[in-house]
Amino acid sequence: MIPFLALVRKDLKLFFNDRRAVVVGVLVPILLASFFGYLFGGQGGNAETSKVNVLVIDQDGSDISRGLITQLASDKNLDVKPSALDAAREAVRKGKVTAAIVIPKDFGRDAGHALFTGTNETGGHKPELGVLYDPSHNVELGMVKGILSGAVMQAVSKEMFNGKSGRETVNEALAQVENSTQLPPEDRKALRDLLGGVRELNERRNEETEGASGQGALSGGLTMPYETRDEAITSGHDVKYNGYAHSFGGMAIQFILFMGLDVGIALLILRQSGLWQRLRAAPLSRTTLLGSRTVSASLMAGFILLVLFSFARVVFGVRILGSFAGFVGICAAFSLMTAAFGLMVAALGKTVEATRGYSIMATLIMVMLGGAWVPTFVFPKWMQRLTVVIPTRWAMDGLDAMTWRGLGISSAVGPIAVLLLFTLLFGVVAVMRFRWGTD
Amino acid sequence: MLVVNGLTKSYGKLLAVAGVSFRADDGETIGLLGPNGAGKTTTVSIIAGLLGPDSGEVLIEGRQVKSDTDPVKRKIGLVPQDMALYDQLTARDNLTFFAALYSLAGAKAKQPIDDALNLVGLSDRAGDKVGTFSGGMKRRLNLAGALLHDPQILLLDEPTVGVDPQSRNAIFDNLETLKKRGKTLIYTTHYMEEAERLCDRIVIIDHGRVVANDTLQALHKLLPVTNVIAIELDLEHADGFKPEQMLALPEVKSAALEQSTLRVGVHNLSHDAPGVLRWLSDNGHSYHHVSSVQPNLETVFLSLTGRSLRDSK
Repeated sequence: MIPFLALVRKDLKLFFNDRRAVVVGVLVPILLASFFGYLFGGQGGNAETSKVNVLVIDQDGSDISRGLITQLASDKNLDVKPSALDAAREAVRKGKVTAAIVIPKDFGRDAGHALFTGTNETGGHKPELGVLYDPSHNVELGMVKGILSGAVMQAVSKEMFNGKSGRETVNEALAQVENSTQLPPEDRKALRDLLGGVRELNERRNEETEGASGQGALSGGLTMPYETRDEAITSGHDVKYNGYAHSFGGMAIQFILFMGLDVGIALLILRQSGLWQRLRAAPLSRTTLLGSRTVSASLMAGFILLVLFSFARVVFGVRILGSFAGFVGICAAFSLMTAAFGLMVAALGKTVEATRGYSIMATLIMVMLGGAWVPTFVFPKWMQRLTVVIPTRWAMDGLDAMTWRGLGISSAVGPIAVLLLFTLLFGVVAVMRFRWGTD
Repeated sequence: MLVVNGLTKSYGKLLAVAGVSFRADDGETIGLLGPNGAGKTTTVSIIAGLLGPDSGEVLIEGRQVKSDTDPVKRKIGLVPQDMALYDQLTARDNLTFFAALYSLAGAKAKQPIDDALNLVGLSDRAGDKVGTFSGGMKRRLNLAGALLHDPQILLLDEPTVGVDPQSRNAIFDNLETLKKRGKTLIYTTHYMEEAERLCDRIVIIDHGRVVANDTLQALHKLLPVTNVIAIELDLEHADGFKPEQMLALPEVKSAALEQSTLRVGVHNLSHDAPGVLRWLSDNGHSYHHVSSVQPNLETVFLSLTGRSLRDSK
């Protein structure tokens, strides 16, 4: 037992002796995790998101176009500014704004007409709103178009039910309906009743406005017929989602894997040194030599997890809302898996340089596909199914379950079992392929 | 007592060790002498249990090492050719760790560590990190690391590589002390003066084979020459000079050129030297200094293998 403990103690001593490396090893993941945590919702899950910059080119100058711009500007997700067409096109091209909305001449008149008849004033197509967009911002484009739809509906209907141009448009539409030879009599009657009702409503609203008697139904135009009530499902009613829980778990996993990689590379370098000869000349079993390194690497991994989650707890209020035993179990299983991964790297590696390159690539893939950078739900479905063969995915899901999701020990059993299976697999490969002779 | 019997070891098609045999009695110092790549380190690695031989056996006190944890390994102390130290730890921490590998801890380890530090003259630097040591100090600490468990047999694989003459002498003094204590030393080197100074017997290895195994005095008797004429050729005549041409002379037994120094082996100095010098002059090779030296291990190696120790591959 003395040699085993001495080997473990020596590894830990070497690790902690390099204070600069230790500080960097915990400081960098803390900085990255803090950054990612802020991006992904922060402490309350309501981190302020930056507004989407949008330019509006009003070539119409109608009440409807002005109303539309007012509607867009009132949306909390958009930062709307007026612009000229050429300047807007240039701004989008340079990436300074996400999109520019072009309201063409006669848009107000044609849109009002199209609201009731499906055509413009001359019976042609519906009017078009131009949307110039930056193709690298497809996600924001979807959001802008959604907001635009609601704003157009509200601005156009408001004018139709309340404004002067609305009355004119309704009258024109009524005349068009009366003169149409293609409409069946039943449809003509229905449209006449509808438009007549709108005209009556509009005239009454006009009288009320002149008499300053207040607001009535539809005075603000048609609006979305629903509102949403958002409820984040977390571990409890009063518990808010904490984005730092995921980011600190992710960064801990990434940097522990890198630490495991360093352990493997260090073993590879050790094999080429006189120290390895001295170790092999001593009466030590192979189990002692590899086992002690597994234990020391696991303890180092445990140390990184402890520091990172302690920091997250104190500074960002990250809590283990689920099973603490499950959390410890996942951390321990992941630490063991990392140690076995390091040994496998040492066993399979030939030259230090090549091994470092290959294993960094493998580590980054594991980190990326495991959801340590961004949650796996943003991946395509096929990729989400594929990533179950990645051990980091299980570690991430397990840490999420034990931290902000607040799940019980039963949700930790699966990840722990899978991580231990990977430990076994990597360990067996390491033992079978390890070259015990000197290089 | 150490018995090495018929060791062979190949790396692919390369035969590194081909039937090496020798024995070392208690208190004896054996020099394994040979050029780089001769098979010395491979032989030492097999003796230390770092490598398994393809055939042959190593007996330590009459026993073979049967497993990684075989207690018989405690009888061996290895001083590897590459430095086996942790630069980030202090000298004492290094030795504490090496002692623990042999299950020596606490009070049991303290005395051997103090003794080893004292022997190599590093007691006053025990608390300093090894990274701050000079190359010579590291070499001495490297030696100390092999002494903690008080092994009977010390395997020293070129323990003076890359050290200054002062540190080399210090290491020699340490080894002579150990020799006086009755330790068996197996010392590999390609410096013949080291082997001549320390070793009771010399095993000369070339291309993995033992080409000679005897005492220094007995090896000298193997020499076909009794004297060596050292001739400093003028530089312009040294380039392209082929010493083997001189073997055509009946009085010349060996001839080798190292840089501008031509070494010619002859039986009778006063009788043979004039002919050698005349041949050089007749063939247009001028020289500016002539001396005679007693043959040494270099000469032995040269005479046994036909090649110089330092230049051999």
